[in-house]
Amino acid sequence: MTTEAGEILRVSDLRTYFPVRSHGLIPHVVGQVKAVDGVSFTVGSAETLGLVGESGSGKTTVARSVLMLVRPTGGEIVIDGQEITHLSSKALMPMRRKAQMIFQDPYNALNPRHTVGGIIGAPYRIQGIQPPGGVRTAVQALMERVGLNPEHYNRYPNEFSGGQRQRIGIARAIALRPKLIVCDEPVSALDVSIQAQIINLLRDLQHEFGLSYLFVAHDLAVVRQISHRVAVMYLGHLMEMAPRNTIYAAPLHPYTHSLLSAVPIPDPVLQKGRSRIMLEGDLPSPINPPSGCVFRTRCFQAQERCSVEVPPLVELEPGHYVACHFPVATLPAGVGIARDVLETEPGVSASGLQPAGGQVSSAQLDSLPADDRPDSTPLRPQERVRRSR
Amino acid sequence: MTTSGGPTENPFLEIKDLAVAFPTEDGLVRAVEGVSLSIERGRTLAIVGESGSGKSVTAQAIMGLIDRKSAKMTGEIWLDGQELVGMPADELQALRGGKVAMIFQDPMSSLHPFYRVGSQITEAINAHRKMGAKAARAIALDMLRRVGIPAADRRIDDYPHQLSGGMRQRVMIAMALINAPELLIADEPTTALDVTVQAQILELIASLQGEFGITVIMITHDLGIVADVADEVAVMYGGRIVEVAPTGVLYAQPEMPYTLGLLSSIPRMDRELSERLEPIPGNPPSPISLPPGCVFQPRCTYSDRVAAGACLNVRPELLETSAGHLVRCHLPAEERRQISRDVLNVLAGGS
Repeated sequence: MTTEAGEILRVSDLRTYFPVRSHGLIPHVVGQVKAVDGVSFTVGSAETLGLVGESGSGKTTVARSVLMLVRPTGGEIVIDGQEITHLSSKALMPMRRKAQMIFQDPYNALNPRHTVGGIIGAPYRIQGIQPPGGVRTAVQALMERVGLNPEHYNRYPNEFSGGQRQRIGIARAIALRPKLIVCDEPVSALDVSIQAQIINLLRDLQHEFGLSYLFVAHDLAVVRQISHRVAVMYLGHLMEMAPRNTIYAAPLHPYTHSLLSAVPIPDPVLQKGRSRIMLEGDLPSPINPPSGCVFRTRCFQAQERCSVEVPPLVELEPGHYVACHFPVATLPAGVGIARDVLETEPGVSASGLQPAGGQVSSAQLDSLPADDRPDSTPLRPQERVRRSR
Repeated sequence: MTTSGGPTENPFLEIKDLAVAFPTEDGLVRAVEGVSLSIERGRTLAIVGESGSGKSVTAQAIMGLIDRKSAKMTGEIWLDGQELVGMPADELQALRGGKVAMIFQDPMSSLHPFYRVGSQITEAINAHRKMGAKAARAIALDMLRRVGIPAADRRIDDYPHQLSGGMRQRVMIAMALINAPELLIADEPTTALDVTVQAQILELIASLQGEFGITVIMITHDLGIVADVADEVAVMYGGRIVEVAPTGVLYAQPEMPYTLGLLSSIPRMDRELSERLEPIPGNPPSPISLPPGCVFQPRCTYSDRVAAGACLNVRPELLETSAGHLVRCHLPAEERRQISRDVLNVLAGGS
């Protein structure tokens, strides 16, 4: 399978299941946690795809599967034209030059017994690459690039703050000039004033090296800041995927509406006037997910059809994919109207974020800035069905 | 609201010049210094700050959780006419979980994994009241229902690991509220939770506050949560309060450069996207070697506007700039307000 021009990552019908074993003398598999169940998307060159979802949504498993840190159960992963799911660990080595990862916890992602120089230089050693000018020169240049003092080459991670450790992790990730970096919650462990520094650094590096990011995070404001397109996950499935401005201004999936309405906005006037869509209950168990649409047990739109038929991810507008039988452009009356101060203000609807009416027109899509338009189109559902084994 | 030194009309909680320091091998950690604040009954005060700002230590001091053997603690904490700092341990014990209760960030490590949630709640009841097991269980069950735990009569016999994060946090809240506290301290109560669950928990705390008339101290780093729940806000940095204001004022007319820096560095969904965020440069100070002048000076972009290096050498006082609005900054008030207007203007998208 080949990739289209300008496409760095193509994930088709990715399924990652974890076996559930019984306790006892002879452990045997009694069930499966379907952490990721049929997810398809692409990431274009120099593009950032934000992947959001709550804990248990499977977003981290997607991130780890993409780099084969966990072996997917099924589906295809194509990185820069090469299908990798069938490769052995050894055969994956060349792929790792192209795709790297930045981890959430900068305290656990660095070996405390290794110097910073050793940590950032490790990719060169492992891949057997001798950078021009030697490893030390290359590492110090990287340190300088990510905002660390190159003189700290021989220091240990415990001598650095959380933000600086994340910079070390970023320097290590870009050492081999990869094309794709999978970022798993890269700023969620950092203080807000440091978060902004790291987000800006990631953006600068993207411009400088043409990096593509798969940016996994739960913070919707952070994802909006850095992503060109955003995909929303729930219980192992993609619910909605669209260019950034579309997701935030004109979402169509009830789950996306709920997520957006739950994020408190740092403005007391706006926030105290906003209403929330309260989701009832908790995430269902991924061992025994609901029939039909996995979100239906908490959905304000749910009808009988939702429990019977799994909604496919369909392209409702160019580049805007939604997996829902009853997508909503405007929130129905009675949903999320706990506080309705904003109802009186023109241009703000119940979600507090979308334009009144909320109806998406193709004109609106056309008015998106050029960089918000998807460079590559994800697989259409029909194609996905055809390709699945 | 808060006044430093001046007469107050008997606030419910008043902290005067609180200082907490921990001697360590590396030196004295000055976690909190010169913290003074007060809250009226039934109000919500948010304490905002980043890690190491001293916000959690302040909360622990109010709860009497600072170990006097290993820490140095000075100042006064007045709760409804009682002074807490010099209070004997057994009286503090009676207060904790009774009149004053706390919700912690991580419900998994705050609940005992070996005991059913019901028995952990009845234990909290029995610590303060004597009653039969059946009556205690009935009260616990009623409280679990009130905090919105579905099938509470079944869940009461669950172990903590059988509950989701949101449900555990509800159990924590039920446990905190079981003895009808007058002051509830919530230390990052939703940080470990997803946004949709966070929304549920914040609504729950607000509705219980309305129902029981509880005074709430909400400790958080999230300016969105502050905007949502707080009546007043105290911003902490480097172990001290650097700005206090009614919530509306703090967001509309912040004056301390650190507060402005915080507001500029967060990505927000209600604003036009800007290409870059405006982070605060540098890193927070070490509480072992705080800067000699203003603790924010090394990261402040405006300190060069103050003559004679005052920011470098002199600790600024927390002074009132308008009614209920106190700022710890050497910049002249007029200049601070101008800077604030300029920065907020840029944030709002120019013009």
